[in-house]
Amino acid sequence: MIKFTNVFKAFPKGGLALKDVSFHIAKGEFVFLTGHSGAGKSTVLKLVYADEPVTSGEVRVSGFNVAELRPRDVPMLRRRLGIVFQDFRLLEDRTAEENVAFALEVTGARRSSIPARVMRVLTQVGLAAKAQAYPRELSGGEQQRVAIARALVNEPSVLLADEPTGNLDERATRGVFQLLRDINASGTAVVMATHDLDLVRQAPYRVIELQEGALVYDSAVDEPRDQAATP
Amino acid sequence: MNLTIREALLAFRRAPLLSALSVTTIAFSLFVVGLFGLVAVNLQDALQGVAERVEIVAYLLPGTPIESITLAEKDIEAFPEVHSAVYVSEDSALARARAELVEFRDVLQELERNPLPASIEVKLKPEFRDAEHVNDVADRLRGFGFVDDVRFGRDWVEKLDRLRQIAAAVGLVVGAAFAVVAIIIIGTTIRMAVLQRGREIAIMRLVGATNGFIRRPFLLQGAIKGMLGGLVAVGLSYGAYTLINRWLIQAAFFSNVQALAIVGFGTLIGLFGSAASVGRHLRRV
Repeated sequence: MIKFTNVFKAFPKGGLALKDVSFHIAKGEFVFLTGHSGAGKSTVLKLVYADEPVTSGEVRVSGFNVAELRPRDVPMLRRRLGIVFQDFRLLEDRTAEENVAFALEVTGARRSSIPARVMRVLTQVGLAAKAQAYPRELSGGEQQRVAIARALVNEPSVLLADEPTGNLDERATRGVFQLLRDINASGTAVVMATHDLDLVRQAPYRVIELQEGALVYDSAVDEPRDQAATP
Repeated sequence: MNLTIREALLAFRRAPLLSALSVTTIAFSLFVVGLFGLVAVNLQDALQGVAERVEIVAYLLPGTPIESITLAEKDIEAFPEVHSAVYVSEDSALARARAELVEFRDVLQELERNPLPASIEVKLKPEFRDAEHVNDVADRLRGFGFVDDVRFGRDWVEKLDRLRQIAAAVGLVVGAAFAVVAIIIIGTTIRMAVLQRGREIAIMRLVGATNGFIRRPFLLQGAIKGMLGGLVAVGLSYGAYTLINRWLIQAAFFSNVQALAIVGFGTLIGLFGSAASVGRHLRRV
């Protein structure tokens, strides 16, 4: 599904954002990507959705060889992915419904099929009642749900979430996290970058930790932390 | 396609001020081009009128038999440059002089002998009314044995030629300069629209929109702005023309085709201006 093999990523002004990172995320998995700010979490995600070029190594995502992707194939890759950000990135002058529909329209989906698909995902994230609301009329948690609905509406095989709860209070965080777990339970792989360790401890999911661009821990490969810490 | 139109029109509603600014700047740039066009059209008309009067007159020796003249007339009319060759007899020359030179009527009345020679008046086809061809035809007329003298406004024809060339060159240079200015201005206003919607473009790319899909509404928007600018420019030119006509001189306005060409030119400028700025933006991010 997502496979990094000896991936290096150089900063434009020198220095390495990622150093020799390798991992493999299988279909349907839920993976936490953890580490301090600047550890390289966002960079990993950006390489996955081809927002930044790979410096060296191989990145494979849903059958795409990202490092050798032609610019005009990038949109095709992104249509297979759902992407969610800390700052939601909704269009302020469109309603929740229009924001979600937008993601379908740009892919050239059949117009007649759009309203039903939009309502289905809005219902899935629990916002069917607020379909006509503009982002400014919604709480942070609700805005993130709209963003998640937008990410889901193209039925991606992977949902990438970059600090999706970073701007949310505790209650909204729990709600959004539960939503991501539900989405994963229905078969979609979820890669969630976060530095919220409480959240990470709450669930028995795989953890990949980055430190200064290097992969320092992968719970699928390494021994569990607690046992490693207490010999 | 529906979506493209909707998005393009939405941009006008979302940023009415910026859109109005674009249309206005395009309109004024084209208006300046249009004014020069108007000057060019009128100058062309005026020169056309003057050029039509370019005439070569071959004065004939007295006593030339009418048969030779008729033959010569046919020969001259067969010259490729010649539009018409008309024989003017001594009598009709005098009659014409009496009619045209009213001040000298008395003098002309009292003449005992007609002093005016017969002549053949030669008019050239429009495309040959320049110094070179006039000289050429005059030389050939001199070749006829019974032609006494050939007259034409040599200086005048040459000056007309130069004036025509200068008018064409000035029109071309000024028009091109303002067209470039218009393209730059339109590129800039579209660029402002692109930057204003940078966030939206970023989100579109994120959810998998192709560059073509992102570009199309901007192109349509640019073309619409250019077209509106062109229409306003034609309107402004018409206003200027009306004023000039009333207060200054009798002038001519663009033909429908020329007016349409200005609007079409505006549309093209809008299209290219937006293509350039959107292309640059998409390559950069």
